[in-house]
Amino acid sequence: MDPLIIIGTGIAGYTLAREFRKLDKETPLVIVTADDGCSYPKPMLSNALTKGKTPEQIAMFDASAMAKALDAEIMTHCLIGQVDTEHQTIHVQGENRSYKQLVFAVGASPVRLPIQGDAANDILSVNDLLDYTRFRDALEGANHVALIGPGLIGCEFANDLLNTGFKVSVIGPDPYPMSTLLPEPIAKELAENLLSKGVTWRLNTVTESINKRAEGYELDLSRGDKITADIVISAVGLRANIKLAQATGLAVNRGIVTDNFLQTSKENIFALGDCAEVSGHNLLFIAPILAAARALAKTLAGDKTKVIYPAMPVAIKTPSYPLVVSPPANSQDGSWSFEKPESGFGIKGLFFSPDNLLLGFVLSGDAVTEKQTLSKQLPAVLS
Amino acid sequence: MMILFSGLRRGGMMKKWQCIICGFIYDEAAGLPESGIAPGTSWNDISDNWVCPDCGAVKEDFEMVEL
Repeated sequence: MDPLIIIGTGIAGYTLAREFRKLDKETPLVIVTADDGCSYPKPMLSNALTKGKTPEQIAMFDASAMAKALDAEIMTHCLIGQVDTEHQTIHVQGENRSYKQLVFAVGASPVRLPIQGDAANDILSVNDLLDYTRFRDALEGANHVALIGPGLIGCEFANDLLNTGFKVSVIGPDPYPMSTLLPEPIAKELAENLLSKGVTWRLNTVTESINKRAEGYELDLSRGDKITADIVISAVGLRANIKLAQATGLAVNRGIVTDNFLQTSKENIFALGDCAEVSGHNLLFIAPILAAARALAKTLAGDKTKVIYPAMPVAIKTPSYPLVVSPPANSQDGSWSFEKPESGFGIKGLFFSPDNLLLGFVLSGDAVTEKQTLSKQLPAVLS
Repeated sequence: MMILFSGLRRGGMMKKWQCIICGFIYDEAAGLPESGIAPGTSWNDISDNWVCPDCGAVKEDFEMVEL
């Protein structure tokens, strides 16, 4: 029997493998990964300092433990040369392996801005445990961390570093943090809150170049501003890893295009997670992966099942200013209403359609306790 | 006359459960009041329909952690 082959051992690949094995213990399972195949909860990278966790403690199961638990063959440190969709084989480690079905769970990679200077290559991006380990090693003896990108990851890392005594500067062209996720009044409160915790905001600013100095780095910002830092992290966004999919002839857009059965443009090839664009949705969060993995596992086990994305609010790990966001879809008409909770801490932001249907919310501070109740009123993201 | 105290010993018997997908911790002692789960509610007593409030994982995806 030809195996199910999954490419990727992140949350998407491993969750799919686990869900598949609950339904099918017979079909051989092969998982190919470019890294060491270690299973770990990626969201924990955003608050590990505050929780006192080292990279070793974040790692949960190594590849051999996962291979045993899943009854799977796991090929670590392997890149796939090519996929032959006519013969249904992948070329890996010098040989052709046949597949019954193939799943792309290859994730996304950090976007790198074209920054000048002799230290551009010293800028760290953190999107996996290996990157994170390098980041933690670099933090030893460091005092001032500069974060390029005031988005979700930038703010989570900033809060984590501020909690543990680091000096933090956050740089970005936006006028306020998390501007793609938060409406202005809430973004401004977040900015004030982190400011009161000691962050230095360098907003409405672009990093032009970065150069080594005797100790640390000097960054040239817009309008002649300069700052120095011991370590610089870039968190300006992720882009789906679509190269192998493209080379395979699959339809790609922002991600690998799939229908709501997670099927790509070629038969027997599927995609899920950060690399996928499922019926137009490229969602870089955990809950959509779980919904997709459960549906795809059923399909792969012979019971063709559509993925349904209910409203999936995202809990952002900025503990000093808690945030839960379920923003309205971009195309939606409507308007925001804002209310302060009784305690005065935070804002309840609700987005209503012109005919008064709740289409989205952003809750901060004490308003986050209303998440469950409000979620029930939201429309599904994909039904 | 010896009186045997048969109630739950609090504190020592309260456990924590961690979501293996996202790291969220359910602390039996704290419960989850905003989800209607009272402090002290044991893991066993939580409905099988309950999902991780941070990521949607099911109870099966949680493991007990040493305190």
